[in-house]
Amino acid sequence: MTSIDLGERDLFGWHEALAKGDVHPAELVQASLDRIAAVDEQVHAFLTVTRKEALQEAEQVDVTLSPLAGIPAAIKDNICTQNVPTTCASRMLHNFRPPYDATVIQRLRTAGAIAVGKTNMDEFAMGSSTEHSAFGVTRNPWDLGRVPGGSSGGSAAAVAAGEVPYALGSDTGGSIRQPAAYCGVVGLKPTYGRVSRYGLVAFASSLDQIGPITRTVAESALVMNAISGVDLHDSTSAPVEVPDFTATLTGEVRGLRIGIISEYMGEGIDPSVRQAVQQAIQTFERLGAEIVEVHLPTTKHALAVYYLIAPAEASSNLARYDGVRYGYRTPQAKSVVEMYKQTRDEGFGTEVKRRILLGTYVLSAGYYDAYYKRALQVRALMKQDFDRAFEHCDVLLSPTTPTPAFAFGEKTADPVTMYLNDLCTIPANLVGIPALSVPCGFTPEGLPIGLQLMAKAFDEATLFRAGDAYERAAGFTGRLPELAA
Amino acid sequence: MMTETKLFCSCSTAFGAPPNTHVCPVCLGLPGVLPVLNRRAVELALMAALALHCEITPQERFDRKNYFYPDLPKAYQITQWDLPIGKNGYLEITTDEGIKRIGITRIHIEEDAGKLNHGVGGYSLVDYNRVGVPLIEIVSEPDLRSPREAQLYLEKLRSIMVYAGISDARMEEGSLRCDANISLRPLGSSVLGKRAEIKNVNSFRGVVRALEYEQQRQAEALQNGEVLHQETRRWDEDRGMTFSMRSKEEANDYRYFPEPDLVQLVIEDAMIAAAHAALPELPDAKQKRYIETFGLSAYDASVLTASKQTAAYFEAAVAAFPKDPKAVANWVMGDFSRKLNEAGLTADQAPLTPEQLAEIPALIDEGTLSSKMAKELFEKAWAKGASPRRIAQEEGMTQITDLSQLIDLARRVVAGNPKAVADVRAGKQKAMGALVGQMMKETKGRANPTLVHEALQQAIEEQTEG
Repeated sequence: MTSIDLGERDLFGWHEALAKGDVHPAELVQASLDRIAAVDEQVHAFLTVTRKEALQEAEQVDVTLSPLAGIPAAIKDNICTQNVPTTCASRMLHNFRPPYDATVIQRLRTAGAIAVGKTNMDEFAMGSSTEHSAFGVTRNPWDLGRVPGGSSGGSAAAVAAGEVPYALGSDTGGSIRQPAAYCGVVGLKPTYGRVSRYGLVAFASSLDQIGPITRTVAESALVMNAISGVDLHDSTSAPVEVPDFTATLTGEVRGLRIGIISEYMGEGIDPSVRQAVQQAIQTFERLGAEIVEVHLPTTKHALAVYYLIAPAEASSNLARYDGVRYGYRTPQAKSVVEMYKQTRDEGFGTEVKRRILLGTYVLSAGYYDAYYKRALQVRALMKQDFDRAFEHCDVLLSPTTPTPAFAFGEKTADPVTMYLNDLCTIPANLVGIPALSVPCGFTPEGLPIGLQLMAKAFDEATLFRAGDAYERAAGFTGRLPELAA
Repeated sequence: MMTETKLFCSCSTAFGAPPNTHVCPVCLGLPGVLPVLNRRAVELALMAALALHCEITPQERFDRKNYFYPDLPKAYQITQWDLPIGKNGYLEITTDEGIKRIGITRIHIEEDAGKLNHGVGGYSLVDYNRVGVPLIEIVSEPDLRSPREAQLYLEKLRSIMVYAGISDARMEEGSLRCDANISLRPLGSSVLGKRAEIKNVNSFRGVVRALEYEQQRQAEALQNGEVLHQETRRWDEDRGMTFSMRSKEEANDYRYFPEPDLVQLVIEDAMIAAAHAALPELPDAKQKRYIETFGLSAYDASVLTASKQTAAYFEAAVAAFPKDPKAVANWVMGDFSRKLNEAGLTADQAPLTPEQLAEIPALIDEGTLSSKMAKELFEKAWAKGASPRRIAQEEGMTQITDLSQLIDLARRVVAGNPKAVADVRAGKQKAMGALVGQMMKETKGRANPTLVHEALQQAIEEQTEG
């Protein structure tokens, strides 16, 4: 049997083929497993491949369940999957098998989707390059000498390498969009509260969201149809109606008001990125959108605010990894306190420790008001800034990242340079609005560039409509790199 | 609090289950789980805040209290830090000097921690059944002036919580716990001294003992010129002493911050109204009503209302015999309470229903039962768990109240005791007693004493005439 090339069709196409009986789900799963076997030694997108379970599910699945039924997917390794290792790419959880499924996993199961494995990431989703994985780096399929971005680097690389048609990632400050941009795929960070966080191992609870990584915007909408909606297990999930996101993909953006964030078009933005984004603006103009310039003065504080709030929440969220109940426990300790200290010293990597220290400090008595509370106040101001901007426009546009994918080791020496990578993506998390990264071109070296679109809270539909219209007109999406199998 | 399920998950809160059987991913704090607030817990806490006359915080917010301990699986406790559900309330205690108002600083909702069992086969084991059980912490103002007042305060607090169905408040099951703070100050001074917080007290008696000990210890220290520092001390029940655990400087920095996994809960007026409506009559109001409508003494009213079950029993009994609430009260507080105590029961567990108990004062009132017989009848009814009226009927325990039933007997007694009769005639009233005694013996005490006298007089007169 010659293996199917998963890149031949998109999700809509595979669903049609399955429904007609032209292909069997087992063939699709096998194609995914074959591709993983062929290229993942180079890419290392996966930490776990659930070959047996996936093939078993493929035999039994009812392909009429949903448009995703019988189609393989990859799951970021910080999303809990029952009895399947969920390590967060950390030594701390190297042996952790959750006794329960995350809500998104339950929803995918209900839809008949088939998970083929768990993807690599920066440890506990802290990082922008997947270099901070305890189990080795993931390589960018477009250039194996470069990072895939992070923290959902494994999910983005798996889609870009054609190993799966789509993957789930999580985004706390850009962790879906930045790797999507670096890998030339589509990534959505949904509105905070749109997708249940139940079962997503928490990094920063007020910022985390699960979202899809796909090859096209339309496919992103399709996956969102399956995973969105209020969940009784997540109090912060919103009881807001979920429209059929694919129904709004009309290709029509005439009259749509697109705001260009001037703060993200100037200094610090790589010329090739700026040029690609400017071309994208022209494309929108040509399609009949109205272009307006927008100022978001508080965005200059975004990075500072983020690096107070996210580590503060993380320091509390990651305190439970103490070696008492599950996960790694030092074999050395002679007392409880020693066990805590050594387990955490040996179980966590450098970047995680750095953020726990930072977060513990900013929450400490005497510093809380000056740092954490102040950060919350600035966050509220940022929200006002965005609210004002959305009075004049429907969609905000910027680069997803200031630069294309960088080389391994280029930014690990200086954490702040690494943090600057998230400059354009962080505000959407702080403000809680949806943001989409769509491929918008390539650098002269052939590296993908991402365009970021943001919309009002719970207005993913407009985001999808704009993104879909753009990608149809621009034609950069759906391209996959050549990888020697 | 008496919720069916835990504060943030649907695990049972039942006490006494085998270790780690009432647990789930959420209360075990496994990676990825999220808390969902139990509305019932908020309702009960709201009732508690209203019962203690607190101001209600309209928007409930929860915070994380961060610290490492093996009984705390998330390494933080979800609690309410700067916005407690209730604040600035009070309750009243009755001291020897009269009614005293004790300020309530705050009431907040939080989740319980697990339970450690040390030294089991060289290990410390942890039971997470209790983790996430909802509780309220009630902080009082420094208004209590003696260990006795502290005890009265605790008793009143417990009775309110039990009455309102907020908690079963059992110290032995840990559903009521107390950290007692004490400081001394020179006579006449209004500045409070450095306080010690006493932990590990397991009974009301223990609270009094620990405070008495600590009062003495601090007084001696101050008289010896020592400077006291704020500290936490541990009560050792067996040795009857407190020992320093940690000073204020050694206290944890809990790094409180708002819990991002929960959304703000707005307490609407309707919810407050519902909590008000759900509050039953509390002990203070009950006492007042007993005094005003039943004509009971303040003492009787306080005894009857000390336990919710006793008060309910008393009220049901009064309803069955409304003619004489005082007589019913005497029965409930007297033989009935004694029997309960002997059997270790609460009033609702008594073998006699309130309606059955009420039959006894009713029978006395009807004149068909003497008080001596009443005690005997009560014992029988208690032992059988049956209606006293029916027992009295079946066993012929009712009083003979018909003169005609006694006159024949009186004639025989008079005829059979010529000496005593002669003495009576000679004006020796003592001799009459012997005749009455004879009558009572013959009737097994069932004869109405007034009628016995009457029957004997008549029989003696008949003899004279004859």
